[in-house]
Amino acid sequence: MDDLLAARMQMAVSLGFHIVFACIGMTMPVLMAFSEWRYLRTGKQVYLDVTKAWSKGVAIFFAVGAVSGTVLSFELGLLWPGFMKHAGPIIGMPFSWEGTAFFIEAIALGIFLYGWNRLSKWAHWISGIVVGISGVLSGIFVVAANSWMNSPAGFDWKDGEAINIDPVKAMFNDAWLSQALHMTLAAFVSTGFAVAGVHAWLLLKNRRVEFHRQAMKTALVFGAIAALLQPLSGDFSAKDVAKRQPAKLAALEALYKTSKPAPLVIGGIPNDRTEKVDYALHVPGMLSFLAHGNFKAEVIGLDRFAVEDRPPVLVTHIAFQVMVACGTLLALTSILYLLFSWRNRNLLIKKWWLRLLAIMTPVGFIAVEAGWTVTETGRQPWIIYGIMRTKDALSPMPGLRYSFYVITAVYILLSFIIVWLMRRQIKTIHEFYPSSLPQ
Amino acid sequence: MILTSITIILAVAFLLYTLLGGADFGAGIIETFAGEKQEKTISRAIAPVWEANHVWLILAVVILFTAFPAVYASIALVLHIPLMIVLIGIIFRGTAFTFRHYDVIDDNTHQYYTILFRVSSFLTPVFLGITLGAMMLGRITFDTNAGFYAMFIAPWLNVFCIVMGIFSICLFGYISAVFLVGETGNDRERRKYAMFAKQFMIASMIIGILVFVSAEFSGHPLTKEFLKARFSITMLVLVLLLCPFIWVFLKRKNNKTIYLRIAIGMQVTAVLAGWFTIQFPVLIHVQNGVHLTLYNTRAPDKTLEQLLIALLVGLVLIVPAFAYLFRVFKIREFES
Repeated sequence: MDDLLAARMQMAVSLGFHIVFACIGMTMPVLMAFSEWRYLRTGKQVYLDVTKAWSKGVAIFFAVGAVSGTVLSFELGLLWPGFMKHAGPIIGMPFSWEGTAFFIEAIALGIFLYGWNRLSKWAHWISGIVVGISGVLSGIFVVAANSWMNSPAGFDWKDGEAINIDPVKAMFNDAWLSQALHMTLAAFVSTGFAVAGVHAWLLLKNRRVEFHRQAMKTALVFGAIAALLQPLSGDFSAKDVAKRQPAKLAALEALYKTSKPAPLVIGGIPNDRTEKVDYALHVPGMLSFLAHGNFKAEVIGLDRFAVEDRPPVLVTHIAFQVMVACGTLLALTSILYLLFSWRNRNLLIKKWWLRLLAIMTPVGFIAVEAGWTVTETGRQPWIIYGIMRTKDALSPMPGLRYSFYVITAVYILLSFIIVWLMRRQIKTIHEFYPSSLPQ
Repeated sequence: MILTSITIILAVAFLLYTLLGGADFGAGIIETFAGEKQEKTISRAIAPVWEANHVWLILAVVILFTAFPAVYASIALVLHIPLMIVLIGIIFRGTAFTFRHYDVIDDNTHQYYTILFRVSSFLTPVFLGITLGAMMLGRITFDTNAGFYAMFIAPWLNVFCIVMGIFSICLFGYISAVFLVGETGNDRERRKYAMFAKQFMIASMIIGILVFVSAEFSGHPLTKEFLKARFSITMLVLVLLLCPFIWVFLKRKNNKTIYLRIAIGMQVTAVLAGWFTIQFPVLIHVQNGVHLTLYNTRAPDKTLEQLLIALLVGLVLIVPAFAYLFRVFKIREFES
């Protein structure tokens, strides 16, 4: 494995690992605060039990998120010193705001997790709200830094140096809003459905457990609303990408030739040699409409870019298809959920419905990983779009592949331990929380 | 003015990381020597605060790459290997501690987390110390023709840097032992921490002297520069004067732990201030080249300005929150 590929893989592994914990860290505090609020309002023990049981899992996820985030703040430099040397002063601002938000989040979480008996009930609840808000904000700031790589702004590039730096412009670059929105919603979709799925799976063993019913409901409400908003945000993102990064759009749609009108390519396997997509479904004019709001508009294809400026089509296209498929699946499930809650509540506890939800457990996170792959792979060969190539930012240290092996091994090990610990937590819920016993 | 303010905030973040993060790492070091009986006290003491303590490192890193990008990029480039080990240490320490603390079933699997937690509690400070030592020593080179060993190994794998690593362990163990004295109501346990505090204090002094000796042997003019800096000498005198005070207070039965904590805080501040004075304004000493300083690596004014705003707003939010966290978990405990 050459060093460039190793470094890219290490970054992919590190971010792919961290993003799961970041999503959980953004969403769970909101769910916990919501559940605790219901307890404070109704006085029903079950809501408190759910909050407490969740908080024990969250403590583990949060710690892993915190350390894997620390690792990333170093890895950016360890792998891409050429990038950080120039980008640091430009995108340092969102990172410093992110640092602040994360700091508040860590402090408030400490208070939330350990302050049950030390604070008044409402003061405790407020600490949970603070965790939620700062968690979402820190996610948004990090995404702002990433969006700058897609949509560089706030500087002039002259002879390999950045001059006239304006950090505010850099932070509020064109891609900032669409990416932040898409990522925040994705966090809620993935975590909401994952949590609901786990509780649905537990309900399948015994459907008369109030604890799991309430937990599932709370998680599903947030997950479903976010899943229904996500296609709108996706449309916003697609139009934005069409305007700013036509090469990325062409790669994720596997549009080799500039077309007017352009068809939407669903599925299939792109073949760079023949410049065709095998086994795909073509919907005429649809891409023109999705990208530009007009069925007859021209969509720029990969043929407008030199070969060395094209992103890898196969990975980007497939990842995009996976993301859209997962998102669609979740959105449809959400529609069902809202319909049932409105008209036919007793369906919500039927076996087939619980099975469906249980199957959906990983789907949101698969979409998150796929979507992240799309945005990162689709930006290649650039690390700063149109300005700096990924290979030029690479650390000249030989043997980078060894740090890739080590980091990958460590994260695989951690993943196994976390799954194992969660299973232990789930197995012992009934020992701690009476409401988790069948009624 | 802006640069000065940012430098001060960077220094304070570094100081707080040394003190609070150091106490955290030290807790793992002390636990190793103290044995299993102390595990509970130590877990209880660091569980609510360790994550917040370690964010000071993230803050320092963010300031470094925003305000002094060349320094960050250079460290990341040539000190890749020790930093990678620091990262592995950070991952295992934080996760092993949390896994042990939050696992619902207490069985023999916990011994693995304990081993990981303790090993990484040593490993991380050693390599943090080594990294810092390498930045001071001046064997760093950016000449890619120098070869792998000269560029990526020699700057940090040497006697001086290793002594710096050991010094970090002694210092962190010392800080932690002094903190832990105030974390237990059990008299026997407290005496035990007091004993550790004294031992680590003596060890820190001996290794501290060795830092100077090894610098001399490595051709680093640390002693000469120290003797020239009056402020640093004053700081050292202050550190030494505080030692008997701490020693006596460790002996007291119903000691007012808050005085102990203030005293150790002053000591660590004095050590770092004295060191910083000698270094100033250099952040990385370079072999055959221009040293990287606060001035020649500074980011453009507009960046510094925005960074300072973010930091000030951040601190206005963080400092009271942080104080509240410590009030809830560290001060009320003494009162009850």
